[in-house]
Amino acid sequence: MAILVDENTRILVQGITGSFGGKHARLSLDYGTKIVAGVTPAKGGQTFEHGDHKVPVFDTVSAAARETGATVSVVFVPPAYAADAILEGVDAGLDLVVAITEGIPVMDMMRVRAQMAASRTRLIGPNCPGLVTPGTGEKSHGGCRIGISPGYIHKRGNVGVVSRSGTLTYEAVWQLTERGYGQSTCVGIGGDPINGTSHIDVLKMFNEDPETEAIIMIGEIGGNAEAEAGRWAAEHCKKPIAAFIAGATAPPGRRMGHAGAIVSGGDDTAAAKKAILSECGIAVSDNPSDMADTLLKRWGKA
Amino acid sequence: MNIHEFQAKELFDKFGVPSPIARVATTPKEAYDAAKYIGVSELVVKAQVHAGGRGKGTFTNGFQGGVHLVDSPEKAAEIAEEMLGQTLVTHQTGPEGKLVRKVMVAKSVHIKRELYLAILMDRETKGPVIIASTEGGMDIEEVAAKTPEKILRERVHPLAGLQPYQVRKISEALGLTRNARAFGRLLHALYNLFIGRDCSLVEINPLVVDHDDDVLALDAKFNFDDNALHRHPDIAAMRDRDEEDPRETAAAEHHLNYIGLEGNIACLVNGAGLAMATMDIIKHFGGEPANFLDVGGGATKEQVAAAFRIILADPAVKGILVNIFGGIMDCDIIANGIVEAARETDLNIPLVVRLEGNNVEAGRATLAASSVKLENASSMTDAAQRIVKAVQAC
Repeated sequence: MAILVDENTRILVQGITGSFGGKHARLSLDYGTKIVAGVTPAKGGQTFEHGDHKVPVFDTVSAAARETGATVSVVFVPPAYAADAILEGVDAGLDLVVAITEGIPVMDMMRVRAQMAASRTRLIGPNCPGLVTPGTGEKSHGGCRIGISPGYIHKRGNVGVVSRSGTLTYEAVWQLTERGYGQSTCVGIGGDPINGTSHIDVLKMFNEDPETEAIIMIGEIGGNAEAEAGRWAAEHCKKPIAAFIAGATAPPGRRMGHAGAIVSGGDDTAAAKKAILSECGIAVSDNPSDMADTLLKRWGKA
Repeated sequence: MNIHEFQAKELFDKFGVPSPIARVATTPKEAYDAAKYIGVSELVVKAQVHAGGRGKGTFTNGFQGGVHLVDSPEKAAEIAEEMLGQTLVTHQTGPEGKLVRKVMVAKSVHIKRELYLAILMDRETKGPVIIASTEGGMDIEEVAAKTPEKILRERVHPLAGLQPYQVRKISEALGLTRNARAFGRLLHALYNLFIGRDCSLVEINPLVVDHDDDVLALDAKFNFDDNALHRHPDIAAMRDRDEEDPRETAAAEHHLNYIGLEGNIACLVNGAGLAMATMDIIKHFGGEPANFLDVGGGATKEQVAAAFRIILADPAVKGILVNIFGGIMDCDIIANGIVEAARETDLNIPLVVRLEGNNVEAGRATLAASSVKLENASSMTDAAQRIVKAVQAC
């Protein structure tokens, strides 16, 4: 099962002819993911080749979706054009748009979200590593890798991972895999202040997913998304959850790399979030090295 | 990015937000001319630094106060002479203070009422929110905590924009019905400025009503979205490198994300979340991080070398922790970059490296085989414990 995507999901890549988009399209093809189309305006008709793979390139998302049956898009478009690229995927009626691009102006995302209000499309990101539903082959080969995560660190299994940070997600996934515990789906929701999918949305999906038995939630300073998710989980989620919040040592008022990681006074510090999550019955780890162990303990596996 | 008070005033003028007439000066002569130009006898001279609490600050030469009322161009020049080239210490500058390179000379205002008005980008509602209060000139967080009923929050629809009924509502809440037209013009101008320059915050505190019943922005604070600076050359040009940490400026030139802190254990990490977590784990095991440093997802050898030079330029640094999760990038390339950077900088303080990910065995072997003195760590916990111990032993 897993959530959002599985090994049969058909994916188109917006920005496949760029170096970044192309590199990760190749890595996804190597992982066994069904990359079925590319979109680059004015480059329609070209073919993106990698080994035996021949991926057709289209001028527009709607043509790519119509011709190839793609239902999910991943956006590798530069920040100044990314909002338009996301809205193009929404207009084409895709199920899911995953925006990897870092550095999109907040007001662009504000307008994107307002325009998406009545649409059926889900957005993940921006400024995120994407998502992975691991496959059952060697080093999780044969899964669905959308974005920039390293595929081989995963293992098919029963832990759902949701996070605002890329490398910290890899850290958690690696800790789980090293201990022999696989993942159902790993979702990077991104580090920007206005994004498409929040912790609570992903928790709800994990809660519904029969394959997911336990959850790791990784957050950061800034905003109230983790607290909101924790309060929901206290009421509705029966699955064990472990959490880590990065930024306990961050000075107030400074943007810590991610545009959304800024303490703006009050309840958005790491300490405040950890206290709220603990009250909500979530096992909170103070040490990022212990994310997997904290979950296994709560899950009764260690 | 922060801007100076006189730059905020320039933006207000450009967008039509009324504020007291003012001019900036870099010499006493310019201050004299500014006062002459403004042409009134009640003036204020204000030191221009990126820090609050200027009025109650002290200069390192003993001169009291970064804000002074004067009654003539001669007096304005005298005060400017005292401030310019001197270092002002306030509760926000730290004990080292900030060098005053400019002063602003402005018309002094007779205040009848002090109000609060701000627009911010609200992540929860995913759009602009206007905050207004009758309690101006005070710390708004304190007002929110003690008398939340005195704060009005008004959401603006991102696509529809500010509506006239919303202006009337805010005007009424602020008791400005007599000045409604002037306030309406001010609020629309402020909203246009907020949207037009990709602000994340514009705060007027206080917004004042003077004895002539004019509504004026007396002091302002701006935050801009760094991601949008590329489309606002006028804002980007307001950046004052003199006011910023030189280490952060150097880091930005190499596309590194660096923030200086107070501790003595430097860290070099790929990814913002992991970089924060690395600072946290240093603290968790009893150390103090000297910085936040994210070399990005695809760090190059050159960037690693530049990162080492920036880290080592901080005399407080007594040890370095490198934490790299090389998901896609080759750990061996990073290992070679670390060895080269350590050699190039004649590194002579403890270095602990934790490498994980793609081709990690080769990377660890490269580190172990090099002549550079370093410790290989097997996990984040191991790395943090090793560097804290090594630095405590120094």
